[in-house]
Amino acid sequence: MAVQRVKFYQTGSFAVGNRLLDPAMRSVQADPARTNAITSGHRACCGCGEALGARYVLDAALRATGGKLVTVNATGCLEVFSTPYPESAWQVAWLHSLFGNAPAVAAGVSAALRAKGRSDIRVIGQAGDGGTVDIGFGCLSGLFERNDDVLFVCYDNQGYMNTGVQRSGATPPGARTATTPVEDQTPGNPFGQGKFVPLIAMAHEIPYVATATIADLRDLEAKVERAMQLRGARYLHVLVPCPLGWGSDASDTIRLARLATESGLFPVFEAEHGEVTDVSPIRRRVPVEEYLRRQARFRHLFEPTRRDDLITRIQARADATILRFGLIDGKEA
Amino acid sequence: MAESSAIRPPFAITLPPATSRSNHTGAWRTERPVYVDLLPPCVNACPAGENVQRWLYHAEERDYEAAWRELMRDNPFPAIMGRVCYHPCQTACNRASLDEPVGINAVERFLGDEALRRGWTVEPTEPDSGYRVLVVGAGPAGLSAAYHLRLLGHAVVIRDASPQAGGLMRYGIPTYRLPRDILDLELARLLELGIDLELGHRVDDLPAEMAEGGFDAAFLGIGAQISRRAYLPAGDSARILDALSVLRTVADGGAPVLGRRVVVYGGGNTAMDVARTARRLGATDALVIYRRTREKMPAADVEVEEALAEGVRIRWLSTIAYAGENAVTVERMRLDEDGRPQPTGELEELPADSVVLAIGQAIDPSILSDVDGISVVDGLVQVGPDFMTGRAGVFAGGDVATNDRTVTAAVGQGKRAAQSIDAWLRGRVTAAPPPRRLATADRLNPWYYADAPAAVAPRLAVPRRASTFDEVVQGLDEATAVYEARRCLSCGNCFECDNCYGMCPDNAVIKLGPGRRYTIDLNYCKGCGICAAECPCGAIDMVPEQT
Repeated sequence: MAVQRVKFYQTGSFAVGNRLLDPAMRSVQADPARTNAITSGHRACCGCGEALGARYVLDAALRATGGKLVTVNATGCLEVFSTPYPESAWQVAWLHSLFGNAPAVAAGVSAALRAKGRSDIRVIGQAGDGGTVDIGFGCLSGLFERNDDVLFVCYDNQGYMNTGVQRSGATPPGARTATTPVEDQTPGNPFGQGKFVPLIAMAHEIPYVATATIADLRDLEAKVERAMQLRGARYLHVLVPCPLGWGSDASDTIRLARLATESGLFPVFEAEHGEVTDVSPIRRRVPVEEYLRRQARFRHLFEPTRRDDLITRIQARADATILRFGLIDGKEA
Repeated sequence: MAESSAIRPPFAITLPPATSRSNHTGAWRTERPVYVDLLPPCVNACPAGENVQRWLYHAEERDYEAAWRELMRDNPFPAIMGRVCYHPCQTACNRASLDEPVGINAVERFLGDEALRRGWTVEPTEPDSGYRVLVVGAGPAGLSAAYHLRLLGHAVVIRDASPQAGGLMRYGIPTYRLPRDILDLELARLLELGIDLELGHRVDDLPAEMAEGGFDAAFLGIGAQISRRAYLPAGDSARILDALSVLRTVADGGAPVLGRRVVVYGGGNTAMDVARTARRLGATDALVIYRRTREKMPAADVEVEEALAEGVRIRWLSTIAYAGENAVTVERMRLDEDGRPQPTGELEELPADSVVLAIGQAIDPSILSDVDGISVVDGLVQVGPDFMTGRAGVFAGGDVATNDRTVTAAVGQGKRAAQSIDAWLRGRVTAAPPPRRLATADRLNPWYYADAPAAVAPRLAVPRRASTFDEVVQGLDEATAVYEARRCLSCGNCFECDNCYGMCPDNAVIKLGPGRRYTIDLNYCKGCGICAAECPCGAIDMVPEQT
């Protein structure tokens, strides 16, 4: 089950809080006493989606576990902007090792806690899309197939943003990055490449796989809470727009995450043991153009000449995703 | 060996938590978020100057008494207003751009009825001032002025020539729109504030009565009670009546003889009232003749719709060329380039037992003609922006001074005149409040509002309407009223949805607690503007930093 929508006439279904709602029914982020797992003073860019995503996930996990939580972090933006020596923005037990081994370290922490008889303490591994879908993928797959008791969270900003916006396996086709420049007839990142790791995670038939975005906080929090109720390997893939790498307005971060789902490009769903169990239907469908136009990484689709051929291909990807996951009400996956 | 272990690099580095807070990222900022309070369109549109959004806010919390008290700050008649107001607030409501406007008027009525049911009352807010004010006319303008003057601590005497108070609320508006028990209850509550009402007292010599009664100021709210007559070629035996006297006869419990086929000439609310009244008095055929088109018709849409539903027929672009015995001759009109109706010469004879003229009302200048300083131009007493006439200390409002011609406008003018009278008596100069920016629909982020179509107030079944004077529009129950109140978008004013607090990537929004909203921690705010972009109601501006 996806999040049970709070049916409220004014706001509440979609907003962070609601003064008319019983405090127990409000989101973690509405709580004046929320942990702020990652606190102020971090050096993330203005309008960073990943800083927001990490706080959403960890604050919810801290509430779900009563604060008994260890976090293992891969190298990436999240690590670099949160812990420039000698500062740390974290207010949660937090461990960093390398870029490629976060899933393995997390599995090790989980094993150590089990050995010490402290399975009440839960483990979250987290990384960007580079650390998850590319560099850390081998040990992530190992974590999945061993069914280690870890929730692994990927904050997907669709590229290596910290090192200067290089392409990753999660970069969408048509996007310009430093390593997929737009020259003559090349469209930026080629079509027909890349991978969607939530589906690969499902192929491991682990207990729980879910996707979410920072535009739907209540859904994201419900998924973290659900994941922390389960044992074994769990995977959460969170779309976190990146104003720097996407070339978008800092104020558009949430809007872009919303447009990614409302256009159908990013499916929001839950799966258990390899089967999709629920999808978040599109509420107000928009053409992909509305999403693409707000990002400089797709500007070459509109300037200097409009590339309808490429826009159509991206729209076709959205249409196929909508069909595949049943994102429009009444159509089953 | 001890020495060598001391220089061995550490296995791991430990950083103390939250040390990032020494890094004040607010220095990066080029714009800062600023919370604003804008003028909601409903408040802007309300002729009575009600703080609609504010009282809805209380109603959303089911604190109906607080909502009613907020309402009573501006309007002494919520139960009446919830029935007779043509609710320009709803026409202005930004929710219309999402689904349908908030049913403000129905919630107002619910609050007004709730107050009557529970017996809520108000008290003067100021101690007795020692000043005495004479209010002439116990219609909506005069009663509103009296109410606000009394709240401000002044002694008030109302004089009215009629045997009962209420003005057109009693003698004009039909009971199917405003039951008289509601009117009586709200009037009684108003008088309980300590206002003297002298009925059957026509004021013929204002300066003399002011001097005699020791009044320091006066407010004229005598209305416009004389039906305008148009020259209508008519035969000797044609039965021609005027709308106000028909409505007044009915209000007094009489039944004017209209016949079975009634023709009403005019296109305003009074024309609708009289046509609907004629249906209830047994007219099988109530026909409204209006010279221009439906779009140009001054009557409120809701009145036209309800009239049509009740079987009233309307002929637009028509005029009466001749009224004879049992028939009228109707001429078709057309609109010229300037939108003015012009005769076409096409005539048609229609059966009519009576013709009722509803072509507007004029003021009775007789009590004003001898008063120095008061001038009447184009049928209106001339007043300044403070509602003072040319005679110092004499103020006027409502139909006698303006052409707005609604109960709500009269109530608003009575209030503003009372405030001016208060300032004038106390020798204060009231500075006009600084203009507030309007909360326009383009500032909203409508994603966050749940889909919620308007609740429709139940209406009396049409067959019963044609035969009785029972109230047509029914009230909302509590659950529906709170649902409707909660449809308010709170345009331009923070309603504490926590979006800014929850969506700041830098935890730079501080939540101050219920009712106290938020503040920005400028030490850490990087100025990304997510809070402003995701604020549902547009209550945050991004303002450039001064460098």
